[in-house]
Amino acid sequence: MTLSRRALLGGAAAAAALGVSGCSGVTPGRRSSGSLDFWNLFGGGDGVRMTQMLDGFRAADPGITLSAVTLAWGNPYYTKLALATLGDKPPDVAISHLTRMKTLVASGLLEELRPADLARHGISADLFTPRAWQAGLVEGRAYAIPMDTHPFVMFYNTDICAKAGLLDPSGALTPLDSPEKFTDAMRRAKAASGAYGGVVAINNDTSTPWRIFQSLYSQLGGEMLADEGRRVVLDDAKATQVLAFLQSLTRSGLFPAGIDYQGAIATFANGQAGFYFQGEWEISTFQTAKMPFSMTLFPNLYGGSRYAVQADSHTLVIPRQPAQDPAQLDRSLRLVRSLLDQSKTWAEGGHVPTWRPFRDSPEYRAMTPQSNYAAAADNAVYDPEGWYSGSGSNFEIVTGSAVATVLGGQQSPAGALAQMHDQLRNLALTASPI
Amino acid sequence: MTTETVVRPRPATADGAPPEQRHGTGLPALGFLAPFLVLYLAFIIGPALYGLVMSFFDTSLVKPGLSGFAGFGNYTEALQSSGFWSSLWHTVWFTVLTTPPLIVLAFVFAVLADRARRGRWFFRLAFFAPYILPSAVVALIWIFIYTPGLGLIETGLGQLGITSPNWLGDPSWAMPSLAFTTIWWTLGFNFVLYLAGLQEIPRDLYEAAAMDGASPWQQIRKITIPMLGRTTTLVAVLQVIASLKVFDQMYIMTSGGPNFATRSILEYVYDEGFTNFRVGYAAAVSMLFFLVVLLVSAVWFSLVRRQEKEV
Repeated sequence: MTLSRRALLGGAAAAAALGVSGCSGVTPGRRSSGSLDFWNLFGGGDGVRMTQMLDGFRAADPGITLSAVTLAWGNPYYTKLALATLGDKPPDVAISHLTRMKTLVASGLLEELRPADLARHGISADLFTPRAWQAGLVEGRAYAIPMDTHPFVMFYNTDICAKAGLLDPSGALTPLDSPEKFTDAMRRAKAASGAYGGVVAINNDTSTPWRIFQSLYSQLGGEMLADEGRRVVLDDAKATQVLAFLQSLTRSGLFPAGIDYQGAIATFANGQAGFYFQGEWEISTFQTAKMPFSMTLFPNLYGGSRYAVQADSHTLVIPRQPAQDPAQLDRSLRLVRSLLDQSKTWAEGGHVPTWRPFRDSPEYRAMTPQSNYAAAADNAVYDPEGWYSGSGSNFEIVTGSAVATVLGGQQSPAGALAQMHDQLRNLALTASPI
Repeated sequence: MTTETVVRPRPATADGAPPEQRHGTGLPALGFLAPFLVLYLAFIIGPALYGLVMSFFDTSLVKPGLSGFAGFGNYTEALQSSGFWSSLWHTVWFTVLTTPPLIVLAFVFAVLADRARRGRWFFRLAFFAPYILPSAVVALIWIFIYTPGLGLIETGLGQLGITSPNWLGDPSWAMPSLAFTTIWWTLGFNFVLYLAGLQEIPRDLYEAAAMDGASPWQQIRKITIPMLGRTTTLVAVLQVIASLKVFDQMYIMTSGGPNFATRSILEYVYDEGFTNFRVGYAAAVSMLFFLVVLLVSAVWFSLVRRQEKEV
């Protein structure tokens, strides 16, 4: 083990503090040593960029010993975050999806972020894109600082699309804004790639099927839950329309009917499909693969003049602290501010920044393909409210599983819809444990 | 550990009476047992009782205390829930798929490995080695093997001109695929139990049988299988209980999918208790599952009793 000078000094400071307050019966612990624990759930390209940003913070704030922990995405992460906070061993700062944050607030697991504290670090509501900021308020109070909006987007292989005659003379993709145009484009891309038109992850993945379903379903104006999850308001006609359309894509062979997350990436990266549908974070994967691709908004098949797309936001939260320590809070907010200031690095990973000093800058507007889909953030559809809902939640597992059976051809749209109704009703009728 | 309980011959005295026991206050013995008993009370009995109490309350993971009294509400909810029954069925189905092969194959391989004249250590190692791997490693290896399009099986079968199903992605194939992985992974444990049992069988029985002209197959049927009866009972019960406890490989390889086809009862408990925060309900489901395991253990005890009377 190597002992850095900083750690040594930190340890010495902690030891000194211990000596001073030793008789008072108060354990100063890590707080007086200027340490900071940060939890996140970022893997892949996001993980690499987050590490860069944390290094940026360490360089700018050498007095603070930052230790960052990365945990598995989805339910396991939120379970651990909740249990650590309940056990009075929370991290000082943590990442939470915006759609998970309200459940954490309702469970009493997050600290309110008071405007006065935020103002000391130059953070205020008007510096964020309104949709992300407002989606994160609970009874008008802020508990989360949105770092980004991450919409479901469309990746396309520029070589295949050019071959298929889908690019206009300027090189932009022709609009695919109707089911017919979309299907036609997939057919042409399939001919051009020689394998598939498009690809979306289905197997062993419930979030991706949910994302594509939710995007199309909300373009039709469909809603899933009401009364904070106590009522299921699934619209059968609209849902059937979307499910039937999704099934037509795999049944006709335009999309592979059984492929998992990594397989879908490989299919697109190997040029076996012209289009790939996923959150924008996969940008790094295809940049690394050095393939000819671009990205744009997920097409508006049903919305007409109104656009809608599934999205979520990564937010920074402060889990409930066992002891209120203003100095510690300030250290935490310094990290928050530092991460916001590094929005450019984060945006390089595909995410649409919410921090307006960067988002409104010419620098961001010049970033391609990232700025192509920035508008998605203003039309973001977040998961419905409910104690069992949110990113990677049981709600997504229930709905995504049913959608996956339709895409995989194991179930008819009617069967999947009945299953969704049944399982969602069960969740809706269960008294909230929060 | 467990192997020793199998190979150690039953203490027997000339007149068949139980071995001599020294009677005393038992206090010194209690002293020696204390460290174990304390841990056992603190980490097994205590939490189990707490779980039993919790199962009658609407206890939430994120609220202090037990919350409101629910009576048998959690139990009736579980018994009426399709999620409970389907995940219990998945666990039972997995047990049915894994237990017979894990007993029969372990026996066959143990007999073969025992007969090998040269390189016996190699066969023992080869069969036992997968058992040492942690579940996460096993899962990663087999996810690669089963991957559609790029995986080992599909590539191999593809070269033979066979189109393989989507092993982990097809709801009807996912469970057999997981069962196969588990058989490969855990065969070694039963294999070692059988190997130990085989070494307990006196060689002269075989010599006598061979002199009387018994074929190798007759020797296996008339000597090996009956002599290993107690080992088989033990292997069967340990295997049934181990299979009923399945969680890791499913959680890592399929997360209970596709479309919940491989969600085991323990994953159901985990989902309800830790991700839905409904620990009261999850405790009730655990108690119901505990009854199932208890039933299996009771069957084992009755089998052992009967065997001991026969001997």
